[in-house]
Amino acid sequence: MYKIVEKRELNSTVTFMSIEAPLVAKKAEPGQFIILRVDADGERIPLTIAGYDRTVGTVDIIFQIVGATTMKLNAKKEGEFIEDFVGPLGNKTETDGVKKACIVGGGVGCAIAYPVAKKLHDLGCKVTSVIGFRNSDLVILEKEFAAASDRLYKMSDDGSWGEKGVVTAPLKAMLEAGEKFDVVIAIGPVIMMKFVTETTRPFGQKTVVSMNPIMIDGTGMCGGCRLTVHEDGKAVTKFACVDGPDFDAFTVDFDEAMMRGRMYADFEAHAREEECNLLKAEVK
Amino acid sequence: MAVIPKKTPMPTQDAKVRAHNFSEVATGYTVEMAVGEAARCLNCKNKPCVSGCPVNIDIPGFISKIKDGDFEGAYRTISVYSSLPAVCGRVCPQESQCESKCTLGIKFEPVGIGRLERFVADMHNASGSGKTVRPAPNGHKVAVVGSGPSGLTCAGDLAKKGYSVSVFEALHTAGGVLVYGIPEFRLPKAIVAKEVETLKELGVEIDTNVVIGKTLTVDELFDAGYEAVFIGSGAGLPNFMNIPGESLKGVYSANEFLTRSNLMKAFRDKSDTPIMKGGKVAIVGGGNVAMDAARTALRLGAEHVYIVYRRSMAELPARKEEVEHAEEEGIDFRLLCNPVEILGYDNPEDRRDPKNGCVTGIKCIKMELGEPDERGRRSPVPIPGSEFVLDVDTVIMSIGTSPNPLIKSTVRGLDVNRRGGIIVDESGLTSREGIYAGGDAVTGASTVISAMGAGKIAAKAIDEYITNK
Repeated sequence: MYKIVEKRELNSTVTFMSIEAPLVAKKAEPGQFIILRVDADGERIPLTIAGYDRTVGTVDIIFQIVGATTMKLNAKKEGEFIEDFVGPLGNKTETDGVKKACIVGGGVGCAIAYPVAKKLHDLGCKVTSVIGFRNSDLVILEKEFAAASDRLYKMSDDGSWGEKGVVTAPLKAMLEAGEKFDVVIAIGPVIMMKFVTETTRPFGQKTVVSMNPIMIDGTGMCGGCRLTVHEDGKAVTKFACVDGPDFDAFTVDFDEAMMRGRMYADFEAHAREEECNLLKAEVK
Repeated sequence: MAVIPKKTPMPTQDAKVRAHNFSEVATGYTVEMAVGEAARCLNCKNKPCVSGCPVNIDIPGFISKIKDGDFEGAYRTISVYSSLPAVCGRVCPQESQCESKCTLGIKFEPVGIGRLERFVADMHNASGSGKTVRPAPNGHKVAVVGSGPSGLTCAGDLAKKGYSVSVFEALHTAGGVLVYGIPEFRLPKAIVAKEVETLKELGVEIDTNVVIGKTLTVDELFDAGYEAVFIGSGAGLPNFMNIPGESLKGVYSANEFLTRSNLMKAFRDKSDTPIMKGGKVAIVGGGNVAMDAARTALRLGAEHVYIVYRRSMAELPARKEEVEHAEEEGIDFRLLCNPVEILGYDNPEDRRDPKNGCVTGIKCIKMELGEPDERGRRSPVPIPGSEFVLDVDTVIMSIGTSPNPLIKSTVRGLDVNRRGGIIVDESGLTSREGIYAGGDAVTGASTVISAMGAGKIAAKAIDEYITNK
């Protein structure tokens, strides 16, 4: 059992939790993920590590309440326990030799992008961050990004926060102005990562994306997290849990990844509804 | 006394009934059946059956105790050699091991050794008799990576010698393939849990949610005072055929499909873990895992289940009993067929159509058996122009796995072969002092009992290594 030592609401649909897991905290690096189960009958869900404190022995997660499991997780209170918490899984984001980086985060993906920005910033790298949200109500980690970035672009779909527009707009403007980065790291919805890639590709700007496919064991056993990348003109199957989650953006088949991500859309919608009804019944 | 030519049949649930439930298919011998079957054993002097067993159980020894009605004595005899009798009695391919060597089998059907082993283990577990005695500690610590059949066997054998053994398991439940791979109807999970409990009573500690190679490394285990490490991390990434359509919605690896159903209990109505149910399903492959996937799909409500296998019935690698059970349950075997493409739905008018990307069929080509290769196996050759399509909604690829990549990438100086399997000598020793390995991590996908055999050999070698240090 793993204790929830801190819980905070970041906005109406996104929650921060700090979990007591000393072994995981000791090894965790930005870009890696954990898998948790809320209770003994729960499903295993992967969540990317949002932060860690090696001395206290805690690992932070930030999750959006999207399905039955994240709803159950969100129903847990500070001081309560979750059943399973395993990690750190996957490979860390490559930061060696990076002197100038552009971090692009979209929505709750910013929770994963932030520790990468912070690590690079702490290493003395020049960090430009471009973060985007649908509207001002959904903004998370604004102060944190401001502290970890040399330059920060804030975008929202409806203009209620920062500038109105998509994250690719300032990115494109920078590239067109002749700016070059050692790497652009994009983390967010697959569709956003696809458009970031389409923006950087014509400039030959090295780009890395963090893929978050459906996953079960997370250790290279089930193969559920597979995606197709194109290497030397050949389609190759890769597994996000052991080969990723970071991939060279120019090789990833994003359309296929989006299609596979919707495999259980019906089941999830149904499960979410049932969980809502259950939680409502408990409130009465 | 005249010899009874046939094995006492194993009572089973009716095929029509069991095809719709997850209860165990074979219900087990009664006392009368077991004693009757034991009486068929000739108790021959040279005991050929023992040499057919990867862990060399004294088979005539335990069978003669059954004849005498001393079932607990029979259990103790098996326990000397095997840590998991209730498991092996159910999942060993006896027809190619012990029973293939049975003297009776030359003229008649061999003695039902597996069925008797299961009977003995079940009697023991039901009686709850014979509380496990924890041996006196010898002051030495050994770490075991993975709680599958090889790891549990190695841990059990070392614990019996007084070692303090810690087993590290990546998943949330101990048992490895016994819990995530083999379905409930063939190996009830309560039985695996019981065998794990017995090991805990022996003093074995099991740490779940620890991924060796990630959470901790093998070198850190040595730093923590473990004197030897056994790696039984099991089969790894599933193989795919690299044919078009393998990424479509509705294509699973057998590992994923079975893990969803077995480990994550997706077969239960209220499970949080989704799985594709119903419709028509094709399983590609002919091993035990393929049979398990096919029969699981059937029980999840599939209206029709195909097994697509590129060789013929004679070459089918699955355990004979599983093939028979699958046929009785109505699994449709399409032999001498090989998939060339998986077909998917595509609505060019509406890119947002949720059906886009869902499997609609599997295109196969008919095969014929060609000349035998160097190993004597006749390799299948496609018959040009013989392509045909099976309409299906789900495809499950069950064509083997490659060893888990996490360990080898984090242990300095650990040699692996071309396929990624850890290289070991006949004692299970790897290229690094104090590190032993066995099971699928070494051989690639194989059987439960051969993994147990490897765990046993390594336990002996580890004991000798630490004793002589």
